Amino acid sequence: MTSDWSRAVSNFQAGTGTTGTYSGNRGLQIEEPLLFERDSPGRCGVDLPEPPAVEDRLGAVRRKGPIGLPGISEPEVVRHFTRLSQKNYAIDTGLYPLGSCTMKHNPRLNERMARLTGFADIHPLQPIQTIQGALAVIDQLAHWLKTLTGMPAVAMSPAAGAHGELCGMMAIRAAHDARGERRNRVLVAESAHGTNPATAAACGFTVDPVPANERGRVDLAALKAKLGPDVAGVMLTNPNTCGLFETEIREIAQAVHEAGAFFYCDGANFNAIVGRVRPGDLGVDVMHINLHKTFSTPHGGGGPGSGPVVLSAALAPYAPLPWVVSGDNGFALIEQAENEASNAFGRLKGFHGQMGMFVRALAYMMSHGGDGLRQVASDAVLNANYLLASLKDTLSAPFPGPCMHEALFDDRFLKDSGVTTLDIAKALIDEGFHPMTVYFPLVVHGALLIEPTETESKATLDRFIAVLKALAAEAQTGAVEKFQQAPVLTPRRRFDETAAARTPVLRWKPQAEAAE
Amino acid sequence: MRYLPLTEPERGEMLAAIGVSSVDALFQDVPKAAWRDEPFDLPPHQGEIEVERALGRLSARNLTAGSVPSFLGAGAYRHHVPASVDSLIQRGEFLTSYTPYQPEVSQGTLQYLFEFQTQVALITGMDVANASMYDGASGTAEAVLMANRITRRKHAVLSGGLHPHYRETVATHARFAGFQVNAAPPDALGDESLAGLIDKDVSAVVVQNPDFFGRVRDYSALAEACHAAGALLVMVVTEVVSLGIVTPPGEMGADIVVCEGQSIGNALNFGGPYLGLFATRDKYVRQMPGRLCGQTLDADGRRGWVLTLSAREQHIRRDKATSNICTNSGLCALAFTIHMSLLGEAGFTRLAELNHAYTVQLANKLGRVPGVAVLNDSFFNEFTLRLPKPAAAIVDALAAQGVLAGVPVSRLYPAEPALADLLLVAATETTTEADIDEFAAKLQEALS
Repeated sequence: MTSDWSRAVSNFQAGTGTTGTYSGNRGLQIEEPLLFERDSPGRCGVDLPEPPAVEDRLGAVRRKGPIGLPGISEPEVVRHFTRLSQKNYAIDTGLYPLGSCTMKHNPRLNERMARLTGFADIHPLQPIQTIQGALAVIDQLAHWLKTLTGMPAVAMSPAAGAHGELCGMMAIRAAHDARGERRNRVLVAESAHGTNPATAAACGFTVDPVPANERGRVDLAALKAKLGPDVAGVMLTNPNTCGLFETEIREIAQAVHEAGAFFYCDGANFNAIVGRVRPGDLGVDVMHINLHKTFSTPHGGGGPGSGPVVLSAALAPYAPLPWVVSGDNGFALIEQAENEASNAFGRLKGFHGQMGMFVRALAYMMSHGGDGLRQVASDAVLNANYLLASLKDTLSAPFPGPCMHEALFDDRFLKDSGVTTLDIAKALIDEGFHPMTVYFPLVVHGALLIEPTETESKATLDRFIAVLKALAAEAQTGAVEKFQQAPVLTPRRRFDETAAARTPVLRWKPQAEAAE
Repeated sequence: MRYLPLTEPERGEMLAAIGVSSVDALFQDVPKAAWRDEPFDLPPHQGEIEVERALGRLSARNLTAGSVPSFLGAGAYRHHVPASVDSLIQRGEFLTSYTPYQPEVSQGTLQYLFEFQTQVALITGMDVANASMYDGASGTAEAVLMANRITRRKHAVLSGGLHPHYRETVATHARFAGFQVNAAPPDALGDESLAGLIDKDVSAVVVQNPDFFGRVRDYSALAEACHAAGALLVMVVTEVVSLGIVTPPGEMGADIVVCEGQSIGNALNFGGPYLGLFATRDKYVRQMPGRLCGQTLDADGRRGWVLTLSAREQHIRRDKATSNICTNSGLCALAFTIHMSLLGEAGFTRLAELNHAYTVQLANKLGRVPGVAVLNDSFFNEFTLRLPKPAAAIVDALAAQGVLAGVPVSRLYPAEPALADLLLVAATETTTEADIDEFAAKLQEALS
C-alpha cells in the first residue's frame, strides 16, 4: 500500500490532491506520516555523552543486528506528536458524553501536584523512613474513600477498574475458601459492563446472568430464584448502566447475604451518588472505585487508571498486599502476608499502586471538600435529567425518569427511517460533538447512553440538545444518505473495520518486508 | 466552586424544565434508609493555594531520588526523561481523551498506539505487540494465562531470577484461575537449571533477562527445551533500556515477551503508574490480552487506524474474553513512544551503552570496598553485592547520610536468611562519578 505521505507528495508533484489541495492537508488538518517514514539515519533527538571506555561485562549476549528505530530530531518529534494530538477529540475541546465513562473536566492543579518531585521522583523501594509523605498520601486518600463509601477498609493497589473487580472477586473467593466453602457460581446483572463477567471468569467462577425487569432494574424475583449454596457472589452496578438507581438494592443485598454470598458492586457510576449516599448503607460488601471517573484523574486516551477497592469487615482481612499501616514510628508498609495481613490473598501488581493517580485524586477531593462532593453528584444528576427531559419527546426513552448521572435512549425514534444509532453518532461528530456511548447497555435496542457530567454548562447542554433534535428530525425525513456518509468533516471518514480484523496489520514494516 | 459551571439561577431553570422542585426529588429512587443528609466528617473545600500548600508539605516529607546519590533498581529505574516528553503528554487532546472508540476523531491516539506497538515489536525482536498492560508484573500473569490457553495446559515454571513481585502476582492468579505454579528458589548465585523441570504438562517457563539479581543470559537453549516439550518460553525484561545492547528475546526464541516499560518516558512515581509491554508471535495474536491497534483504509481509501481484533475482548466476549483488562496505560505508552522517538536507533543504543559503562565503573569501585564482593559474572545496569553484614541496616544507615544505596534483597525476600547480606545496586545515565565515589566512601565507613 502506498503511504498517504508518499501519495501526498506525489499528489503535490502532480498538482491533483484528492482533498482538494496539493499537499493533502486541509488548513489546520495536516497529514502526518508515521515516525518510521520520517527516518533519517544519523539524526537523533537527544544529546548523550560519549560512554567511558570500560570492559564489557554483558556476557555473550550483545545485540548483533540493528534495531530498526528511526532517527528523528527534537523539533520533528515535537511537531509530529503535536500534529497527532490535533487529530483527537478531547474533554478539553468539547462535550464528551460517553455514558458510563464519566468524561469530566480534569483539573490541571492535579497534574501539577502529581509532578511535585516529592511524589514523582521517589523510588518504590526506598527505605520507609524516606517516603513517609507518600504513605501519608495513600493513608489520607484511603480515609476519604472509606468515609465517602461508609466502608471500613480499602485495598489501594489495583491499577484500574477492571483490576479492582479482580481484586474484589478474589477477596470473595478467599473468604469462602477460609470458611471451607467451594462456591463456583457468580450472578452477574445482564446490564453489567463486559468486565464483570470477564472478571468472574478470570477468578474461576462460572457466570450466570440475571435479567433486567421492565423498569430497567435487576429482576429481584429472578435473582432470588438463582441464589443457592453454590453462589459465591452477585455482581451488579449501582446506579446501573441504564442510568437508574437500583430501588430494591437493600432487598437484593439481604437476599444475597441470606444465601451466604457476597455483594459486589461495580462502582463505575459512584460519581452519581458521591457525597449523598454511602454504598456501605446499601448492603454492599465490596466495590471498586474508578479514580479516573468519579475523582477526575485523566483518562489519557486509555489509561492509566486506578481502582481502589473498598471492603466490608468480613472481606477486609483478605485485601491484597501491600498494606499501609500506621504505627509508633509513622507509617509502615506491610509487603508480606504476615501479622495483621496474614490472610492477604496475594499480590496483583508490582509495588504499591498508582501513586501518580492517588495524588491527583486527593487534590481533587481536597479542592471540592466533603461539602463540595455532594454538589458534584447533584449537578451530574441534574445535568443528566435536564437532557432526559429535553430529549425524551425527540429521542425514545425506554424508562421513565428520573435518571441518575446518565440518560438512556433506544432507537425506536429511528424506526423505519433507515438511519441507525451508529449513524446518529457519526453525524454528531460532524457537528463537533463526541458521540454518546452506543449499543450499550445491551438490555435495550440500539442504545444511546448520554452522560454529560457535572462539569458541563447549561449553554453547552442546550447546544447539544438543539443539535440532537435537529438530527433526529432530519433522520425522520429520510435523509439516509447524509447519515450513512457521516462523518465527512473529520481527518478520516468511516473505516473498513472488517478488513482491519480479517487481515490484521498491527505494526509498520519496511516496504520490502511488508510486500512479502 | 471552580470546577462547576452551573449557577444557582440555571439550576432553578433546569429543575423547572424537568418539572421537579428540588434536586432531592431526582434522588427519589434511593431508599430513604440510605439517604444521607448530615455532612461527612471530611475537610471543607479549598482553593488552589491551600491545596498546593498541603500537598507540598506532604511531598517535602519524602527524600527524592534525584536529590541524593541513588542506586535503586529492582524493577524501577531513575532515568532522564527529556523535557519535551512531559510537555507533549500534557496536551489536552492526549491527556483528556478516552479510549479511541470513535476512530474518526481519535486518529492521534490510534496512530501513536500503532507506532508504540511497532517500537515494542522492534526492540523485543517479536512480531507484534499490544497497546499496553498495567505493568510488568500483571502483564506476566497475563502471559502465563495466555500460554495456558495456547497449550491447553495449566502448569507454569517460574525462574528464581524472576522479580519476586512478578512471582507473587503470577502465584495469585494461579490460586484463583486454577493453575499450578512451580517457583524455583531465588537464584542468587545464578546456577539454576530449569530444563529438568519441563515436562508434558508445562505450559510456560518464565525467565527474566537481565534477571532480578542482574545477570544477563542467553536463553536460546531453554527456548529449544521448551519447544521440544510443547511449552512456551515467556521472557520478562524489567529494565527495558537493556534492549538497546542486549540480544532481544525474539532472537533467543521467546514466545511471549513482557517488559516493564517505565524506564522509557516515565518517572519513578513511587511505583505507579507504570507500563506493561506485551509482545508475541504472529500465530498467537488472537490469544493476546488487551487492546490492539490496526491499520486500515477509510471510505475515501486513505490510510488510518482503528482498534481491532476486539472479538478477544471483554466488551464483546464477556466471560469468554482473553482477559478482563479494559483501561490500560495509554498515556504512559505515549510517553514511552515520544521518548523512544527522540532516542531513535543511535540514542537508544547510546543510552544503553552509558548505563552499562557507568555500572561497570560502579562495580569496579564497590568491589574494592573491603569485605564487599560483586556476585555477578555478567550484568547490564544492575548487580548484586554481598556485604559482610545484613544489607537492610546498611541501607538505612546510608539513607540517613543522604545516599540511597540500593535495594536490600531482604526487602523482597524477608524469609530467606541466606539472602540477608545481599544488596542490589543499579546505575543509569543519571549517575555521576561523584555519586559513585560518595557511595563507595560511605559504604566503607558504614561497614568499618
